Amino acid sequence: MTVDPRSLRASATFPPEVIHEIQRASDEGIYDIRGFGAKRRLPSFDDLVFLGASMSRYPLEGYRERCDTDVVLGTRFAKKPLHLKIPVTIAGMSFGSLGPHAKTAIGKAATAMGTTSTTGDGGMSEEERSSSSTLVYQVLPSRYGLNPDDLRRADAIEIVVGQGAKPGGGGMLLGLKMNPRVAKMRDLPPGVDQRSASRHPDWTGPDDLAIKIQEIREITDWEKPIYIKIGATRTQYDTALAVKSGADVIVLDGMQGGTAATQHVFIEHVGIPTLPAVRLAAEQLREMDMHRKVQLIVSGGIRNGADAAKALALGADAVSIGTAALIALGCNRPAYESDYEALGTRPGFCHHCHTGKCPVGVTTQDPALEARLDPERDARRLRNFLSVMVMEMQTIARACGKSHLLNLEPEDLAALTVEAAAMARLPLAGTTWIPGS
Amino acid sequence: MTEIDLDSVSIRELNQALHDLKPDTNQTHWKARNPRGKHALAVGLEVPVTIEIDGHVGYYCGGMNKEASIVINGQCGWGVGENIMSGTIRVKGNASESAAASGHGGLVIIEGDASSRCGISMKGVDIVVLGSVGHMSAFMGQSGRLVVLGDADEDLGSSLYEAEIYVRGNVASLGADCEEKEMTEEHRAALGELLARAEVDVDPASFKRFGSARKLYHFHVDHADAY
Ligand code: SF4
Repeated sequence: MTVDPRSLRASATFPPEVIHEIQRASDEGIYDIRGFGAKRRLPSFDDLVFLGASMSRYPLEGYRERCDTDVVLGTRFAKKPLHLKIPVTIAGMSFGSLGPHAKTAIGKAATAMGTTSTTGDGGMSEEERSSSSTLVYQVLPSRYGLNPDDLRRADAIEIVVGQGAKPGGGGMLLGLKMNPRVAKMRDLPPGVDQRSASRHPDWTGPDDLAIKIQEIREITDWEKPIYIKIGATRTQYDTALAVKSGADVIVLDGMQGGTAATQHVFIEHVGIPTLPAVRLAAEQLREMDMHRKVQLIVSGGIRNGADAAKALALGADAVSIGTAALIALGCNRPAYESDYEALGTRPGFCHHCHTGKCPVGVTTQDPALEARLDPERDARRLRNFLSVMVMEMQTIARACGKSHLLNLEPEDLAALTVEAAAMARLPLAGTTWIPGS
Repeated sequence: MTEIDLDSVSIRELNQALHDLKPDTNQTHWKARNPRGKHALAVGLEVPVTIEIDGHVGYYCGGMNKEASIVINGQCGWGVGENIMSGTIRVKGNASESAAASGHGGLVIIEGDASSRCGISMKGVDIVVLGSVGHMSAFMGQSGRLVVLGDADEDLGSSLYEAEIYVRGNVASLGADCEEKEMTEEHRAALGELLARAEVDVDPASFKRFGSARKLYHFHVDHADAY
């Protein structure tokens, strides 16, 4: 007997992937832990457009008139602010979630482009320090591998309060990736499913954090810029408190930000998208007369020059890329398809960083898989990608008549959806209507 | 002896002077007066000098210490000796929250009581508290030893990895995945050696030993109530 396909009525409430997840949970009895970032559709920078020049404004000539791209970070208190050639940095990713080849490739690409890369939960590896000329060192709740020597040889220090993929959650590294070198750096037994703390061990609120920052500045003789990284939630308050705590730079990570291993429910259901978060942070900084004095780096789902230019126009000083950088290195590249299949996925759909069996050698500690990532070749790819991003940003900025990327402004933008107009506080295209104003 | 009066010398000046010391300096003994609860005193030291602070100190005194020997003749605020790598810190009074938090090495001795979360996230440091410790001490302790001559408040050693805890008095309650362990001759000898280094004269046999039950090392549905 054949089934008439027209008689099959799919449920919007229980589509196949929801049925699969309920049955997976009932079989395994543990929540779904995975990598990558939020996968569902969210209001994003795609919902904005640039207005460009026309009669009322005039553009700059591509390739002839300059459109500068440099940015200085850490001008508030640090004796040695960072001078970056481009306003695109590489986000913090741990040695452990990433292997040494990936860390080396990222460092080389960042160095070639005149920008920074960032350590992660697990300490500073030699590979990243030697390959990255300007390295940001994260101080995380777990404090794995944290030591004053690395603090002193870092170029900037990032105190991680939260990340976009899991604001309010701590790090995770499943036992599959806890090989002897990684375990030694973290001082943990090899093979354990590591869950790190979600709160710092020696401070709780912003008043304590101000003292903590004072201590780190004292240890490093007030030389290094100090960043505070926050996941996007109550962004207006967090921004104000980060300024009050004494940050030189705020790193704001929206809910599209990636992760190597987090509960699926956390990734998809906690935090707000990057789009409203940028606007909230920039608005707060302007209100405090701190815009451009405390620099704002925005991350979480930045994929190209258009996204980056829109973040800058809304008030960011720079953007940071994580997932996009890994994709440039080969993540989800259509190769080694049988290895993707062994993980139960396909190129383009992979979010299996937590397994340690990355088919393209990016998020693995397995030497055989890691050999698939060639640090020289893939550094070149990431460098190319960063160059393209910057050229795209310049294309847009010139079209808007701007001689520096940081001259982009909210007035250059319009929103395509009512949601985006409300979240970014921009007029809906073709109208003067800003919902809520 | 180099004497510093913190009423006239700033924290910045003191720390910079200490950071500028070379390992072979002959300024090996320092004394600072009038700390008046100031924060971040004698942090990030890297040389084997002794610094004595006369009075009460604020947060993070001796933070990230390497090699130096720091003596606090008074009480101290949060995070004394946080992330200590090596050297010794001796507090003659009481210590507030998170003493020796995430310490990677060295020895921290607190002659009075230590508040909650003493030794939180410890990674190799040895801590000897002559008085009692507050709740959640040695939370997520990874390695090193926390030795308490007095009592331990609730949730001792919660989510413990491989740190070892020795308590001589009462334990109000043990935290998730912390259990009492057998005290072998080997443990007694090692504890005796640590107590001698801390200049504490008590019988190692009078302590109970606690460590990780290692049940939370791998995610498992049957431990769901501990997550
Ligand atoms: S290809 Fe590798 S880096 Fe990309 S999602 Fe899969 S496991 Fe993660």
